[in-house]
Amino acid sequence: MLHTVNKSPFGNDTLETCIRFALPGDPILLIEDGVYAVQGGNRFASMIETILKKNPVFALQPDLSARGISVITNGVTTVDYEGFVELVEQHHVNSWL
Amino acid sequence: MDFVQDMNIKKIMHVLRHAPHGTIYTYEGLEMILIMATYDQDISVVFIGDGVYALKKGQETSGIGIKGFARTFSALDGYDVEKLYVDQLSLEERGLREDDLVVDVEVLSSEKIGALMKEQDVIIQH
Repeated sequence: MLHTVNKSPFGNDTLETCIRFALPGDPILLIEDGVYAVQGGNRFASMIETILKKNPVFALQPDLSARGISVITNGVTTVDYEGFVELVEQHHVNSWL
Repeated sequence: MDFVQDMNIKKIMHVLRHAPHGTIYTYEGLEMILIMATYDQDISVVFIGDGVYALKKGQETSGIGIKGFARTFSALDGYDVEKLYVDQLSLEERGLREDDLVVDVEVLSSEKIGALMKEQDVIIQH
């Protein structure tokens, strides 16, 4: 199951909640304000590193670019819209709002 | 129920994660659940985070000028929506117990709820 998160982790516990219910191996895709979670060197870097031990983490490049985020936490994969669609094709989607 | 009909039944899970009165999410979620219940699908409802407050006993909303809807959750079994799950950690974090809730629910661990999510055809987050 693909989990998408679109809220900044600084103002909202959606990412944390999502991670609590995601099964090992489930991909996590950060979109919209969700991408703030993977800005390199932020308070959530160690949390992202922990998540990466069990789940692949993706961030939508156009949303990173729009927010001026060029350095992201190691291990996070960026995807374009095409990659987003591929993930959606491959999994059922749980869209955490 | 014959086999062909059975194939058309989807497993649909509604996830309620907001407190009941501060925003419209939970009320609208409940309305959507009631509407979808008329289509004979396999519906379940999960209460996570502040969503558990929707089920708190003793909500008296007349003072804030709105009609409470906690009791409507107890009516869901009349619509054949009987699978109500509550996240154990969310309940504990808020100092609540199963006895504090208006309706019979199944209190489950994150792992159990995660496994149920995996079984669904559709998950609707409210």
